[in-house]
Amino acid sequence: MAAEMEPPPLGDAGQTDFREIEDGEGFFVSTVTILESPEPSSPDPPSMPAEGISTNGPKQEDISLDDDPEDLFAEATEEVSLDSPEREPILSDGPSPAITPVTPTAMLTPRMGLGTAEMFERSLDELEEDESGDTFDMHIAVSDPEKVGDGMNAYMGYKVTTKTSMTIFSKNETTVRRRFSDFLGLHSKLASRYLHIGYIVPPAPEKSIVGMTKVKVGKEDLSSAEFVEKRRSALERYLMRTVKHPILLKDPDVMMFLESSELPRAVSTQALSGAGILRMVNKAADAVNKMTIKMNESDAWFEEKHQQFENLDLQLRKLHASVECLVCHRKELSVNTASFAKSAAMLGNSEDHTALSRALSQLAEVEEKIDQLHQDQAYADFYLFSELLGDYVRLITAVKGVFDHRMKTWSKWQDTQLLLQKKREAESKLQFANKPDKLQQAQDEIKEEIEELEGKVQQGEKDFELISKTIRKEVSRFEKERVKDFKVVIIKYLESLVQTQQQLIKYWEAFLPEAKAIA
Amino acid sequence: MMQEGLDDGPDFLSEEDRGPRAVNVDLQTDATLQVDISDALSERDKVKFTVHTKSTLPNFKQNEFSVVRQHEEFIWLHDSFVENEEYAGYIIPPAPPRPDFDASREKLQKLGEGEGSMTKEEFTKMKQELEAEYLAIFKKTVAMHEVFLCRVAAHPVLRKDMNFHVFLEYNQDLSVRGKNKREKMEDFFKNVVKSADGVLVAGVKDVDDFFEHEKTFLLEYHNRVKDASSKSDRMIRSHKSAADDINRIASTLYTLGTQDSTDVCKFFLKVSELFEKTRKIEARVAADEDLKLADLLKYYLRESQAAKDLLYRRGRALVDYENANKALDKARAKNKDVLQAETSQQVCCQKFEKISESAKQELIDFKTRRVAAFRKNLVELAELELKHAKVIFYYTWLSISDSIKSVSQPAVIGSPIGWSTIGPVSSGFGRCRPSF
Repeated sequence: MAAEMEPPPLGDAGQTDFREIEDGEGFFVSTVTILESPEPSSPDPPSMPAEGISTNGPKQEDISLDDDPEDLFAEATEEVSLDSPEREPILSDGPSPAITPVTPTAMLTPRMGLGTAEMFERSLDELEEDESGDTFDMHIAVSDPEKVGDGMNAYMGYKVTTKTSMTIFSKNETTVRRRFSDFLGLHSKLASRYLHIGYIVPPAPEKSIVGMTKVKVGKEDLSSAEFVEKRRSALERYLMRTVKHPILLKDPDVMMFLESSELPRAVSTQALSGAGILRMVNKAADAVNKMTIKMNESDAWFEEKHQQFENLDLQLRKLHASVECLVCHRKELSVNTASFAKSAAMLGNSEDHTALSRALSQLAEVEEKIDQLHQDQAYADFYLFSELLGDYVRLITAVKGVFDHRMKTWSKWQDTQLLLQKKREAESKLQFANKPDKLQQAQDEIKEEIEELEGKVQQGEKDFELISKTIRKEVSRFEKERVKDFKVVIIKYLESLVQTQQQLIKYWEAFLPEAKAIA
Repeated sequence: MMQEGLDDGPDFLSEEDRGPRAVNVDLQTDATLQVDISDALSERDKVKFTVHTKSTLPNFKQNEFSVVRQHEEFIWLHDSFVENEEYAGYIIPPAPPRPDFDASREKLQKLGEGEGSMTKEEFTKMKQELEAEYLAIFKKTVAMHEVFLCRVAAHPVLRKDMNFHVFLEYNQDLSVRGKNKREKMEDFFKNVVKSADGVLVAGVKDVDDFFEHEKTFLLEYHNRVKDASSKSDRMIRSHKSAADDINRIASTLYTLGTQDSTDVCKFFLKVSELFEKTRKIEARVAADEDLKLADLLKYYLRESQAAKDLLYRRGRALVDYENANKALDKARAKNKDVLQAETSQQVCCQKFEKISESAKQELIDFKTRRVAAFRKNLVELAELELKHAKVIFYYTWLSISDSIKSVSQPAVIGSPIGWSTIGPVSSGFGRCRPSF
């Protein structure tokens, strides 16, 4: 069944009007070839998952035909179980379930659509394996959001499934239930432990009082379902990013989070708790300090990188805003297309020329399908593109935080040095003092202090060097991750665009003869 | 100026020129009278149309001539038809809508104010966009005015109208002033009376099945076309907004791509290029939808109103006729003013029958025209949508395979998966060409 890899959906319409664009003709031929060549007859194991998933294509189609948001969750778990062990996870699978509504709606060439998606993911997988050269094999899925409890004390519980073959974990597959504050608690522990020594700790998804309240109150509408899906997806990405970090992965808190069935409730994450207020005060204090510290930057690398991240931050924020606009407008377009479709159907009904009436009804149907297409595309826009950008805007804030910590370390070191100098001056002053009996005692004291301070200065210097080194490593790892992330996600996004266009082509091709049939 | 050389579609210009013909398919295009608008000039808030006529009719002094007309003069001509009792039995071609550049001008102004907040490239791009939009509106208004004239020229009776000939030939200003406030108020009241009357008249059941059916049909059809027209406008606006967003995304990606020359930056540049191309095409899609769908619906909104007006006039004549009959009966019964009543009844009868006869043909023609216009536009709409979707598909596809190329490295290409080579492949599918 999966054997039928249909040729690209290029229709039977004459080749004539495409001639002008065929500047990359030979090129296009070969891209066409790519689709054709992974024939099922090939014994390569990688093609099997493609087949396997293709055969599940129709099944996924059925699920997504209704295409309501609840099904996104159903597909999320589905996605997890479909995973063959050889399949290297690229990023989180968070975005994928959101895509699958798009993919399977390519009803007439489902295998084609899935085939291309698989194909691209596969070659990227190979790339990552080669680049990283290690055996990072871990896949975390967050699924099954379930409301626990009632009223204002209710919360959403998520199922966290970890699949791994790494030996540091006790089991190959673990499933636990966690709630949002658990994630925040994990992040706060990691941040307090690693941020100040220069490790870029991925930020946790943001709290949302409005969103959560709606869910708590029990509003079963589209927006709260969307909110839960958005959060689920964000949590998954967060965990995947965290475990991709080689140091954080080995942290006992992370392991406990993933493996132990019960976790102590993280109360200090509540916004209005004492800890929360302390955090806010600290943040304010930090901001003030940042302004007063003027660092003598001896390392041009840091200067350059700092500037780079500032620019990147600016552009990413701008891009994020534009993409959010696009999501909004596409949703609007979908709604307006649906209402136009209804209107066209009414017009067709009242038209008394039979053939025209039929054509208008067909037009209404086409537009209705197109509106669904736009909606799916809007989901893809959002879950792929917009969320990625949001994640990176927050990540860059974390990176900037790490740079700030370096500054603080430097500042501490300098302060200690200054103090040492003062003590040394005090010591030499003592030598010229005139009270011999107290002199010895004071001299001893000062000598002790100086020794202590010298130790501290050395430590401060070491700390500073260590954090600088760590930051360099972290930044290069971050850059590599960023490149991978963006490329993968943008390619996935482009694929969703391609699929939308494919569908559009199909719909209009079906309509054209109807329009021509008007006599 | 709009052709950036990357799209193969017909020139924006020529598509527009096809516009008027498409909206109204002429039933009689003969050489005895051909009218078109050969040129148009936009001044501040006026548009001057150059009306060009080619005719072999003896009524005109020359065989080919041109005059300059403004919108108000078209309205004058239209109103003269409406007010002419002789034409009561015809569907008067709907008047062209007033040229409205306000929205476009506002946008240009806003752009000018916001110049400081965007980069130079963005500003130039948006300015080009708005100028193209302005040009599109301009072309549309030219097309609308032209359609009106062509409809008149094609109508066997209206084309002989004296005012029409004056309009075409008199090369001085017609001194037609727009209606002043008082006249506009008069018009307003007339309309109120007319619609009230229209309701009364419509309530009278018609003996003739054909007209009864047409009445019901037109009423419903008109309302539905109105609804469809406004919904299609909204849909197209959203489409344009989405295309604008893609424009901004393309710009920002471009900036990201030029920040440094790492691998990912080259990637960004490529994606930015793709988005730039797709948004141009998406804007085209919106424009084509506007032309083929929205304009079509708007036009038939106006035409169906004109048809309704015809039915109203006939209905009015019928009521007058029936009243005259009643009056005659009364007169005969009283044996007073019988002759007067008889003449009056005769007049009403003749009027009614004249209108009925031509109205029937007009309504049949209306249906034929409508079906033909819808067919033409829907076919063209589908073809254009298809073409654009294919082009976007092609570009996006290319971009994806380009990106894959830049992502995968030589080591990976050699892998045994069998589909890593992105280059000439000697498989049996070499003959497979894009069979778009």
